[in-house]
Amino acid sequence: MPKKIKEGFGVWAYLLFVGLTFLTFAVSVSLGSVRVPLGDTIRLIWKALWRLPLPQTASSPAIILSVRLPRVLSVALTGAALSLCGGAMQGLLRNPLADGSTLGVSSGASLGAVIAIAFGLTMPSLPFAGTMVMAILFAFLSLLIILTLAYKLDHSLSTNTIILIGIIYSMFVSSILSFIITYASDRVRQITFWTMGSLNGSSYGNALVLLLTLLVFGSVILAHARELNAFAIGEDNAHHIGINTRRIKLTIMIAVSVLIGVSVSIGGTIGFVGLVTPHMVRMITGPNHKKLFPASLFGGAIFLMLADLLARTLLNPTELPLGVVTSFIGAIVFVLIFYRSRRQGHA
Amino acid sequence: MLEVRDLTVRYGDLTILDGVSFGVRPGDWLMIAGPNGAGKSTIIKAVSQMIPHEGNILLKDRDIRTYKARQRARLIGILTQHHALNYSFSVEEVIRLGRYAYAPGLFSRSRQAYGEDLIQEAIDQTGLRPLLKQSILTLSGGEVQRVFLAQLFAQNPNVLLLDEPANHLDLVYQKQTFNLLRDWLAKPDRAIISVVHDLGPARAYGNRALLLNKGRQQAQGPIEEVLTPANLNQVYGMDVFAWMREMLDQWQEPDPPASNQAGRLD
Repeated sequence: MPKKIKEGFGVWAYLLFVGLTFLTFAVSVSLGSVRVPLGDTIRLIWKALWRLPLPQTASSPAIILSVRLPRVLSVALTGAALSLCGGAMQGLLRNPLADGSTLGVSSGASLGAVIAIAFGLTMPSLPFAGTMVMAILFAFLSLLIILTLAYKLDHSLSTNTIILIGIIYSMFVSSILSFIITYASDRVRQITFWTMGSLNGSSYGNALVLLLTLLVFGSVILAHARELNAFAIGEDNAHHIGINTRRIKLTIMIAVSVLIGVSVSIGGTIGFVGLVTPHMVRMITGPNHKKLFPASLFGGAIFLMLADLLARTLLNPTELPLGVVTSFIGAIVFVLIFYRSRRQGHA
Repeated sequence: MLEVRDLTVRYGDLTILDGVSFGVRPGDWLMIAGPNGAGKSTIIKAVSQMIPHEGNILLKDRDIRTYKARQRARLIGILTQHHALNYSFSVEEVIRLGRYAYAPGLFSRSRQAYGEDLIQEAIDQTGLRPLLKQSILTLSGGEVQRVFLAQLFAQNPNVLLLDEPANHLDLVYQKQTFNLLRDWLAKPDRAIISVVHDLGPARAYGNRALLLNKGRQQAQGPIEEVLTPANLNQVYGMDVFAWMREMLDQWQEPDPPASNQAGRLD
């Protein structure tokens, strides 16, 4: 009898992920400029969740519930979304260095958002949507431009080509970005937000938008784990075994664009998350996307929550942009991956 | 089963293939031969729908362009030359992907079509069972070639398109691969089209041949009528058989060890 082949994780692995994520979440919420004991934090969240009366001990309920909780939620969801995108692009392009930030997709999304704000492109009744739609659109256009250039220049999509195109494209977009921000400095947030990112001041609304986007478009990516496995082995081979490569590419590009666009319009460019998480996860799970994707979701949430915690507490009471922390770690991991791939002889 | 009529491929102003026609019936093994740059691999790419082409390619009497990717993959399987691998997938994971075209849909509960027996058979035929859990990044070129051959067997199409199947393989595996393919072909309703450089195995295993010269077809038909000295000499621009005979003659004289030794000292 043919039996079902299990390639994904079992229940226990998921329980472990959820447990670790929740632990990091609780620690993240309780630590900060005002330190709230871990037990109190969990009790507080639990009571707020069931709408029980809150203990009026100190000023902590307000800090926890209206400042830190929505922020850490947004951070966790952004981390999960960006990591999933990174994993998907690394599979699609057969390249472990591909990521929203290294390819310039995040910069592209920033440009879209900044244009929307600077020129007041909003949607009636949905003030936030204009920025978001423009960010998504520009993320998609950026991906299209980068991929077209990459395929035209070098069909084998070697690491060097992709990274080079990503750098050039990022610089190009950054120059336009700086230009527009200088021109409309009264309306647009500081340039550091768009280049370094921060989730300071995120609301429950932000978290909800992130959650819904992740549920829909994250599922799209998860559902294509098998196809992306084939892409990761070789695009030609994927074609030969019966995958409609064009359709899969387009689907993944759309899902990635939406996820990055939404993340960027809420948190700015938080670089290298999609590079670091899948890389670390891959060392444990191997390259099979059926495991890599779920583990990246949780791993990305944990990684970004820890990075955000560092950003908040390192120079307390001054706060670092989140992107500073992730880029610092990311740049080191980038060099490590590049070095290793060069030594293996297939850069 | 596969009928190609007037196949023409152009890159801009350059015509790579010019009006090539051939076909295979069940049991046929068509060898595509010709010098470098004659367009051999381009035929494989065009038939496998990797590049745009003019002319008709009929698969089971239907234009190949009207097939969906999965339908096509159930009928045609392709083995290409280069596999640039970046991720450490296991041998087994790669082989199992061969069943992609038959995978039950997301909401289907039936596991009938999964073809576990075909996967196991492919693993045994190619002798890959000891390497099953190994990362493909650790394999030699010949082993990688066998992994993709196993994937192809698991895919179980009716027509195999092979771009130099014995490339990267040492003599032992070359022989094994050709014998494997011959056994595969023995089952009903199957055909093979392969690009070959080596004319010896081509003649030994094929029954039909297509000889290309600079994108045009020099000859096509039963192998003994196509791979003739006259045709080959014209296409390759040299006396092919004289060269092959000269190579074989190297072994027919008794080995004079003394002079060999002297030659090496020079």
